Amino acid sequence: MTETMADDSLYDIAIIGGGVVGCAIFRACVLAGARTVLLEKGGDLLEGASKANSAILHTGFDATPDTLEAACVRRGYALYREICADMNLSVVKTGAMVVAWTDEDLAQFPKIIEKAARNGVTVRLLDAREAREREPALAHDVRGAVLVEGEHLIDPWSAPLAYARQALLNGGTLLRRALVEGGMRQDGVWHLDIAGKPVVQARTVINCAGNYGDLVEAIARPSPFQITPRKGQFVVFDKTAHDLFRTIILPVPTALTKGVVVTRTVFGNVLVGPTAEPQQAREFPTVDHDNLEALRKAAFRIIPALREHDVTTTYAGLRPATQFSDYQIEALKTEGWITVGGIRSTGLTGALGIAEHVVTLYRDNFADPAPLKDVALPQMPNLVEERPRPWMQPERGPIACHCERVTEKEIEIALKDEVLPAGTLGGLRRRTRCMMGRCQGFYCTRRVMELAEAHLPGLVTPIGEDQRGDGRDV
Amino acid sequence: MYDVLIVGAGPAGLSAARVLKRAGVERIAVLERTREPGGLPRYCGHPGFGMLDFGRLWKGPRYARALTEAAGVPILTDTTVTGIEPGGVAHVSTERGLETWCARAILLATGTRETPRGPRLVSGTRPWGVTTTGAFQEMVMKGIRPFQNPVIIGSELVSFSALMTARHGQVNPVAMIEENAHITAQRPADVLAAMVYGTPILLSTRLVSILGGERVEGVEIEQDGEQRTLACDGVVFTGKFVPDAILARTSGLSLDRGTRGPAIDSTFRTQDLQVFAAGNVLRAVEHSGQAALEGRAAARMILRALEGKLPDLGSAVPVACGKGVASVWPQRLYAAPRGRIVLHARMEMLQRGVLRLSDEHGRTVARRRVSVLPERRVELAVSAAMLVGVSTLRLDVEK
Repeated sequence: MTETMADDSLYDIAIIGGGVVGCAIFRACVLAGARTVLLEKGGDLLEGASKANSAILHTGFDATPDTLEAACVRRGYALYREICADMNLSVVKTGAMVVAWTDEDLAQFPKIIEKAARNGVTVRLLDAREAREREPALAHDVRGAVLVEGEHLIDPWSAPLAYARQALLNGGTLLRRALVEGGMRQDGVWHLDIAGKPVVQARTVINCAGNYGDLVEAIARPSPFQITPRKGQFVVFDKTAHDLFRTIILPVPTALTKGVVVTRTVFGNVLVGPTAEPQQAREFPTVDHDNLEALRKAAFRIIPALREHDVTTTYAGLRPATQFSDYQIEALKTEGWITVGGIRSTGLTGALGIAEHVVTLYRDNFADPAPLKDVALPQMPNLVEERPRPWMQPERGPIACHCERVTEKEIEIALKDEVLPAGTLGGLRRRTRCMMGRCQGFYCTRRVMELAEAHLPGLVTPIGEDQRGDGRDV
Repeated sequence: MYDVLIVGAGPAGLSAARVLKRAGVERIAVLERTREPGGLPRYCGHPGFGMLDFGRLWKGPRYARALTEAAGVPILTDTTVTGIEPGGVAHVSTERGLETWCARAILLATGTRETPRGPRLVSGTRPWGVTTTGAFQEMVMKGIRPFQNPVIIGSELVSFSALMTARHGQVNPVAMIEENAHITAQRPADVLAAMVYGTPILLSTRLVSILGGERVEGVEIEQDGEQRTLACDGVVFTGKFVPDAILARTSGLSLDRGTRGPAIDSTFRTQDLQVFAAGNVLRAVEHSGQAALEGRAAARMILRALEGKLPDLGSAVPVACGKGVASVWPQRLYAAPRGRIVLHARMEMLQRGVLRLSDEHGRTVARRRVSVLPERRVELAVSAAMLVGVSTLRLDVEK
């Protein structure tokens, strides 16, 4: 079922929040056989915390052992690798190196290795020479590294979009611009008030509202956790920097230094970040010049050759941090409610594991439907640089975005898609990469606007015919 | 097999095509990745084009048409060159897929673009309504506008072009903001125009951050140490042009640190003896007429190359930037019994003094007085005969 207006019908499950976790749970619930609706307040999926992350599929080598987070990350990692090829999702193996620059850093290595062992992740110690051999672009005063072969890069948007798409292809319902304002439970059924839309009824509600998790939780009970969004700023370097190194470069976590991650992206850029700044505002995070400059300098310190490469863009994301370090996942049996909160920074990897865990909670506490048979699989368009892209194909049609080489056909498909069309300009960018390249829309904004105008109203307004610059001579 | 492939159908590329065609070169193609030729002037719907090369004062689109008609060669649009290899090999993406083409000479005329928000590391939120002049002008030309009351960041020539476009697009900028105490553009007529349009120009004013959620709601600015909010619904980042030299860079042609474009010799040749470069890809940014004239000059050199009459790459004398000099081009010169080479340079800051080109022994090869802002280009005429026996050159500004 595609996106429709809410009807009077009763859903088994209503999921609040269409971030990466909500999308994965949406998929898992639909495939488990539950009649499910996903409610997203934004104009498209992935408009909140899931919009901005470091796009890494983590092994969980550095997770706190025996936590729910560690378990979900481990399981999410395995599940993603199991299902990605079936949906044409990519996974790029790069490995990661936790790099030491000082004696203090080196002193942390035994702990890192021990923790990885407890998390069941194989790592290997590299001395300074081996570290440099693996990544010659590293600054020469590198002292050593812990190599985590199993770390991968993934497309942080195509993956959750694939989860949601699979849910939709198999009978799930998505409501966008559906802000849940409140709800009450009567005779075992939740009646959720949606701003400007009919009430949605469901037997069980799953709260995956990310940075709004505690506010949504208050519908069911006084929230046991408070969200203090943690901002992370990132700097994206030009694709010319892509071949400088391959391995994800991680900092040694110490009490003194925050350190930054320097990594490639599957799209062919180099990403540096994040910062970690607690704040109150739950949306529209700001970047600031001084922190961006500090990130850039930190990156130069790690990979000096980055100095020769331009910055393409900058962005900031908000992670839903709580006063607890672990995920806050819980089924409230008497309330018909499952809480999925505080998924701070490992949501992209953990999502499929979290979803599996949530379905188990659902089956144990609420209902045990028969899993779906003959499951339909979505095929996602490839945006990953290491694999063929549509612009390389015959009859590609015009290219709209030259930096990222996005064809007009790709943009039209994303806009006109019957199952899950782009709902915002950001959604279109995440689906196609248009306007995401080094010119940041200098060359392609106009064409993208022309294509998008009818589908995403309000971005541009027409100019009166008489005022139009027509190029006639003076 | 082509004689000459020209990458980019802007003023430089089309002007080069015209010269080559008129000289009787037969197998020429201009490859243009967008859907129509003409380059950036296409979107400048105000006068100021064609003076240097056509002796006319046209609006941008008319000039773009004139360049296209005058070229008289096939212009292949929707055709992207994705890489160049030694031996005159070009990898080309067309409607038919990826192809490999060969040519005796390739001219890079890939032009220039403005620096968008990202690399400027500007603070604030990231709402819709932040754009560059190029994107803004293209939208207005096609009858759409993304905002009604933007601020314009910068005061280069193109910033005033944005202002003129705003007028056509029923857009009323709330202010033009310039960090320096002076306007960057050279022509007082533009300042006058801004005054006529009623747009205040705020000098010594810094953009602090961009405000807004889904859309731009304002900007924080700082003037004389005081910060205030300016309500607006858009931000146009103008100028700070950079060469669009990505094709050169990814094809392994080294870029010059100063110009950020491909380094060339005085025959417009890059380090690959079959690859030439001309126009704003060499350095940012000159007026379209200057790019066009360079396109013609490069074409004349390509003609000589096709006849095998250019000097060996190895015999060139490199020019280095010395004290006070930010960039210089061409970066390699040839000695000759007669003739004159024009060196172009930009300074690091406001410079008053003598611009001196000297050889490895400190001997003066050429000199002139300068009093110039960093944004301005300075020309220095060099006698080719003075270069005989010289192995390296250096350009300095001296008091």
